[in-house]
Amino acid sequence: MSTNALSPPSVWGVGRRRLGKSGLLRLRPTILIAGTALLGIAILALLAPALLSDPRILDPIHRLEPPGASHVFGTDNLGRSVFVRTVYGTRVSLAIGLMVAFATTIVGVTIGLVAGFQRLLDGLIMRAMDGIMAIPGVLLAIALMSLFGSSLTNVVVAISVPEVPRMARLVRSTVLTLRELPFMEAAIATGSRLPRLLFRHLLPNVVAPVLVQATFVFASAMIVEAILSFLGAGTPPDVPSWGGMLAEARRFLQRAPWMIAFPGIALASLVLLVNLLGDALRDTLDPRLARQFRARHVQ
Amino acid sequence: MVPILAFVAVFVFLLIHITPVDPAAIIAGDYATLDQIAAIRTQLKLDRPLLEQFTTWVSRLARADLGVSIFSQQPVARLIGQRLEPTLILALMATSMAVIIAVPLGVIAAYCGGGVFDRLVIGFSVLGFSTPIFLVGYFLVYVFALGLDWFPAQGYSPLSAGLGFCFRSLLLPALAVALLYVALITRVTRAVCIEVLNQDYVRTAQAKGLEPWVVLWRHVLPNAAVPIATVVGIGIAAMLGGVVVTETVFNVPGLGRLTADAIVRRDYPIIQGLMLLFTGIYVGVNLLIDLSYVFFDPRICY
Repeated sequence: MSTNALSPPSVWGVGRRRLGKSGLLRLRPTILIAGTALLGIAILALLAPALLSDPRILDPIHRLEPPGASHVFGTDNLGRSVFVRTVYGTRVSLAIGLMVAFATTIVGVTIGLVAGFQRLLDGLIMRAMDGIMAIPGVLLAIALMSLFGSSLTNVVVAISVPEVPRMARLVRSTVLTLRELPFMEAAIATGSRLPRLLFRHLLPNVVAPVLVQATFVFASAMIVEAILSFLGAGTPPDVPSWGGMLAEARRFLQRAPWMIAFPGIALASLVLLVNLLGDALRDTLDPRLARQFRARHVQ
Repeated sequence: MVPILAFVAVFVFLLIHITPVDPAAIIAGDYATLDQIAAIRTQLKLDRPLLEQFTTWVSRLARADLGVSIFSQQPVARLIGQRLEPTLILALMATSMAVIIAVPLGVIAAYCGGGVFDRLVIGFSVLGFSTPIFLVGYFLVYVFALGLDWFPAQGYSPLSAGLGFCFRSLLLPALAVALLYVALITRVTRAVCIEVLNQDYVRTAQAKGLEPWVVLWRHVLPNAAVPIATVVGIGIAAMLGGVVVTETVFNVPGLGRLTADAIVRRDYPIIQGLMLLFTGIYVGVNLLIDLSYVFFDPRICY
């Protein structure tokens, strides 16, 4: 199997695009709206312990109550407030999404820069990346979780590992295109050393595609986290997470559909917001990114 | 393909050795005694030298021996064999449904570029990417099984009980699995078709008075086939992940259930075997798709 068929090489992300913040916002109202909404959700999630009661409070007398005045989203099978738990679930999803996006970016960009610049290592590194990419991401994450044991850090690692190769590939292909351009030749000709070449000349030019990819990693990490928690391989059971709530709700689908509806819709909306933000960023930062992009971020 | 599979084999072998803590202790669980941990270590041969472990692992892999389950003490390959049927049918149904729905959607959206239908399709595709598969699954169960009572809510009728029953029991799960896949294929189909529609030969075809559907079917689709086939192959990885979740939601006794049960029982050999199997399927199908390019595009030859 040729690896090229799996992800065609790309030539976009070339050349620095200067974009002030105001320019970004003027170009795409979606960025402003989705960004503000996400910020609001993040603040709500951060303030949750100060505003809401403990999500672990049991109230067996009021179990499986439908949404109403006393409990906006109803209660679950142990009488816990679905609203409080849904808000707390935001914390887990956002934290894991952000940390995975961050970890993937750091590791992926480093690997991509090295592979794009060190021709000797390139073949070896990229074959290794192809190998990891050949393993369906969710299964790799499940395997890692069953070896590492359940904790927040391990979830981040387990979700990041399958995401890194895509980021590395993206950076490498951008670097390969960039290094053929006159400004790189000029930098090399004037005697810039490797660190200067990498950080002063290459890095600023890969920021745009990396930022877009990181947004999509963020979105997909939240879904994978929910899948892992749903299957019992994610965050520890005492941390309220959307995937865990959805798994508990399975037996009560007929009697208490609100136990599924609220965390499910919360997850879908958050992922949708991040995806919209990513799409808008991509269209703004580089129209050439638009095509073929989706194919590489889905695992 | 061979180097990729070889790397995957080494990588999967090393996974259990790169854990910062003792994997035997993690697998044995929080309440295991030292003896139980030692027993697992012996069963997984973690107490042997690394090189010896590796040669045993490779030679067993070559004989399709995936090890023995810790929980049931049965060969993993046999456990997988018992559960293969529903998953295989589910995956085939989901893939064919996805292609049948997505390709026409994408082609028509491209043809009405910028119109209402196009916008609807784009919106649907973003929504499809963002909706977690269990939400779709639960929604389908709630509306079509519990509400309307058209389909069974849970379980699976094996092929031996009749083709119709089997398909009926898997239709909702297949729909749930297909949604993300549809979103992915639609998006790529639309993007590729827009490009093809701008080609001179399409203008010629339209100028000589061909019906729109003839243009799309005879001139646009064949030229868009290679990227569409590629994305169908890439999407299989996501679909296999979706199958695991969907089988849990619908209680289908397939490989996904096997995975979920193995997670709860910390049965690492099963998880490892399934990871290898799914990787093999993914790589194998993508090889077939690569080979099928010859059929779609006569300019390609291997």
